[in-house]
Amino acid sequence: MNPVNYLYLAALLFTIGAAGVLIRRNAIVVFMCIELMLNACNLTFVAFSRMHGNLDGQIIAFFTMVVAAAEVVVGLAIIVLLFRSRHSASVDDASLMKL
Amino acid sequence: MNTLAASATSVGEAVQFWVLGTVAVAGAFGTILMRRAVHSALCLAGTMIVLAVFYLANGAYFLGVVQIIVYTGAIMMLFLFVVMLVGVTAADSLKETLKGQRWLAAACGLGFGVLLIAGIGNASLNTFTGLGAANSAHGGNVEGLAQLIFTKYVFAFEITGALLITAAVGAMVLTHRERTERAKTQRELSELRVREGKHLPPLPAPGVYARHNAVDIPGLLPDGTLSELTVSKTLRARGQIRDVSSEALNDLAALEQRSEERLGRETGSHEPHARDESKDPHDSHDSHDEEAAK
Repeated sequence: MNPVNYLYLAALLFTIGAAGVLIRRNAIVVFMCIELMLNACNLTFVAFSRMHGNLDGQIIAFFTMVVAAAEVVVGLAIIVLLFRSRHSASVDDASLMKL
Repeated sequence: MNTLAASATSVGEAVQFWVLGTVAVAGAFGTILMRRAVHSALCLAGTMIVLAVFYLANGAYFLGVVQIIVYTGAIMMLFLFVVMLVGVTAADSLKETLKGQRWLAAACGLGFGVLLIAGIGNASLNTFTGLGAANSAHGGNVEGLAQLIFTKYVFAFEITGALLITAAVGAMVLTHRERTERAKTQRELSELRVREGKHLPPLPAPGVYARHNAVDIPGLLPDGTLSELTVSKTLRARGQIRDVSSEALNDLAALEQRSEERLGRETGSHEPHARDESKDPHDSHDSHDEEAAK
């Protein structure tokens, strides 16, 4: 099997994630789609790392994971805050700067 | 294992790729197509576990384990926590605020995917070194990564630590609610209840008037209507109240129907027996429920 297949799979997952961000309204699901895109990028990094016999790609994927963890913590806190003030996690309802 | 798995692609890996790749794509589609956020989260967790297996197959042993521990273990569980906080049954609204946005978005996604895949297809990606040498240079994958993190990427590593602390503090600041007034004492609360003059005793328990004792079944008032007060506020808000007020009447009607049929065929002496028999399952069911509740 050609290891380029991993890149195709990652591209497919990234595309699905991007389409999900555009299609879904629930802020939590939009966030999950962003996570999916980050994971697809990580798979690309790992596959390239293997193709070039170089561990730097894995380091970058590792940092991506850390950044994703930080992003999830803050993002979910913002979603909880939005839900508290608007009683809905839909991105359509958050259309006003101030209630 | 270190050198073999990372330096060549075997038939076994191809089989694994096609089987698990299908699962990963199915999970991704499930994430964006499931109506409930919980199902989306579970589909995404499945996709992430499959990706962890792919990392392991690609010789990234440390990342594969970290993927399972950090992503499926911590991040997805955080997602599930928030889904529970926000409301499990809060399904997405299907009302479109922008007309045709869904189809346009799907078309955009399709175009983007074609672009990406065509780009990969056009690139000349014929180098394949394998990770065998890189993994064994310092004695293993973890040692190799540690060597890089603590020498070449040490500043990035330190800044990442600062980022994590900032994120933790930020999350606490965002979700913290300052108490603006003193909390009421128990005496003040009881005086307030008496002054308001409604519900001095505790709220009525659910289902007690309706021969059921599940919490989602409201008690019945003397006139047979539901008493919304008997069901918890959360269930009321979610609309998960089960109405069984007509069940007793339906049971009675069914019973009469059955006994009529039996009477039509046989003599009347069997009627009380039939009534006992048909009532029996209900009685045993109820007592079973009571035992479980206790």
